[in-house]
Amino acid sequence: MKIDVFLYATLSKYLPEGSTNRSTVVNLPEGACVRDIIEELGVPEKSVKLIFINGSHARMETSLFENDRVGLFPPVGGG
Amino acid sequence: MDKILRINMGPDGEPTSKTEPVGDYAGLGGRGMTSAIVAKEVPPTCHPLGEDSKLVIAPGLLGGTTGAMSGRSSVGCKSPLTGGIKEANSGGQPAQMLGRLGYAALVLEGRPKDDTLYTIRISADGVEIKTATALKMKGNYDTVENLKNEYGDKVSCISIGQAGEMKLIASTVAFTDMEQRPARHAARGGVGAVMGAKGVKAIVIDDTGASMRSPKDPEKFKAANRAFVDGLKKHPVTGQGLPAYGTNVLTNVVNEAGAYPTYNFKTGRFDGASAISGETQAETITARGGKATHGCHRGCVIRCSGIWHDKDGHYLTKQPEYETVWSHGGNCGINDLDAIAMLDRLDDDYGVDTIEMGATIGVAMEAGLLEFGDAEGAINLVKEVGKGTPLGRILGSGAAVTGKAFGIERVPVVKNQAMPAYDPRAVQGIGVTYATSTMGADHTAGYAVTANLLGVGGNVDPLTPEGQVELSRNLQYATAAIDATGMCLFVAFAVLDQPETFQAMIDMINSFHGLELTGDDVTALGKKITKMERDFNTAAGFNKTDDRLPDYFRKEALAPHNVTFMVSDDDLDTVFSDL
Ligand code: SF4
Repeated sequence: MKIDVFLYATLSKYLPEGSTNRSTVVNLPEGACVRDIIEELGVPEKSVKLIFINGSHARMETSLFENDRVGLFPPVGGG
Repeated sequence: MDKILRINMGPDGEPTSKTEPVGDYAGLGGRGMTSAIVAKEVPPTCHPLGEDSKLVIAPGLLGGTTGAMSGRSSVGCKSPLTGGIKEANSGGQPAQMLGRLGYAALVLEGRPKDDTLYTIRISADGVEIKTATALKMKGNYDTVENLKNEYGDKVSCISIGQAGEMKLIASTVAFTDMEQRPARHAARGGVGAVMGAKGVKAIVIDDTGASMRSPKDPEKFKAANRAFVDGLKKHPVTGQGLPAYGTNVLTNVVNEAGAYPTYNFKTGRFDGASAISGETQAETITARGGKATHGCHRGCVIRCSGIWHDKDGHYLTKQPEYETVWSHGGNCGINDLDAIAMLDRLDDDYGVDTIEMGATIGVAMEAGLLEFGDAEGAINLVKEVGKGTPLGRILGSGAAVTGKAFGIERVPVVKNQAMPAYDPRAVQGIGVTYATSTMGADHTAGYAVTANLLGVGGNVDPLTPEGQVELSRNLQYATAAIDATGMCLFVAFAVLDQPETFQAMIDMINSFHGLELTGDDVTALGKKITKMERDFNTAAGFNKTDDRLPDYFRKEALAPHNVTFMVSDDDLDTVFSDL
């Protein structure tokens, strides 16, 4: 299944070369979870603080479905 | 800091000043000081621009010390925008200097007899008040340039632009930063109009000859300060995220969460977000030779700010903050960082609140005055404000007035103050803060975005009503207390997550002032300040129906989550039931 993955702030450096809009499409087998994405892209697990799937908070073990939009962030804040 | 300077702008002849002991207000600082003076001395039913209103400027409890992060100035008054009490705070150099000169507060009082404008110079030699005819209807940048020429490059300035002189209720009070630029603002609630109504164009502060304030227990203070700084450096948000990307790193976060108010709060995602994100902004700044990491005052160790250069590599403005990039950007469908930076510069120069102006232009777009996405049109509208044309005066009076003038229902305000950059339907905790804060819609008053979106200080699901009242209440009390210390609110990211950093902050206050406050006392202080403010607002005519979001937030579902604001009115009424 195809998953839209967005890597923001310091995580952008783990995007494949040539990626635009801070995003890439990752192909994963049915039943995959968020952790499979970061393993695929080589993002160290401890550098990821916030996980959004389709705009809602999720965890490393949350299951993915075709065409999900996943956004990953390091710790960030502002205001 | 044991004295209060009072300047009466009202007497026949010329303004008079007197310095008096701090008296009943001893032990107060920042928002604690401004709200105490306003609550005690300003009649709640007075006209905010009239004879009985006062403008209070106060450094925090640690202003003028070597303590890190302690450079905020609070500006307090009865707000001409909300009609309630107001405290707006700003970074910049003036707080440190006022603190070192020994002033716990500066109070402007009385009604000028005519429209003569004045500058006030405060130094170790005393107070000098001069007419400022040459500065009439000058922007903040020109004003400060003139003052620099007259008083030198060591002074700091507090000033108003054209908007404050015209007493527009979206006007700000500007504070100069380390480079003597009027780029920091006590922005919200129309505080600039109150300064304008007092006939004061600028306050120049010269701390030559004054020394740092000394702590009661210097050793302990030094150790506490060191532990506090270590805590800020260690926390990933205050130590890495904010310095690298500034507050605008939030564009992608809030957009990803579907909570980014777009097209005047019509939808929760903006297609152009990436083009105006903190990541893109930082890359652009670095490529143009600006500065992506910069402190707004000496002693800031987080340094969330930066310096924005135009395409030719020349200084234009400070790095626009997240709220500004959102209000003038996504909220108006504008995805051009250069246009946004120009709007920021114009706002700062005329002295208008960037949040209020962006929200106002969003409302004007909804009214069909211009198209969403029309950056040039937005710039022209802000210029109308600076010129003081009839249209400009309507816009400079904020989103609520503009919505009324153009017959628009979707106007995102509470107590007439525009909402900042988080849609309350998709961040329900911040919705509680918008609704109930004594200040009108204000994100800083109880920044529930922390636990709702950022995973700081716990986790509370942003899309449901559960837990939001308690979250907002606790943050509102904590914030009132932090605002009294004069510390930048961004310390909260580290303080909320790291108990030892919270303790270090309390130890700084205790060792400096010879106190023995505990964490509970800090909450009690926040409650005391909130109660004073609530009581003032009640006496000014506010009741629980003022603690509500506009109706449409309960009726129109926000994409992509298709949620409405679900915290019930009854629950909103319990936010301050323990006061
Ligand atoms: S963190 Fe940012 S707003 Fe706070 S004092 Fe530093 S530069 Fe100013």
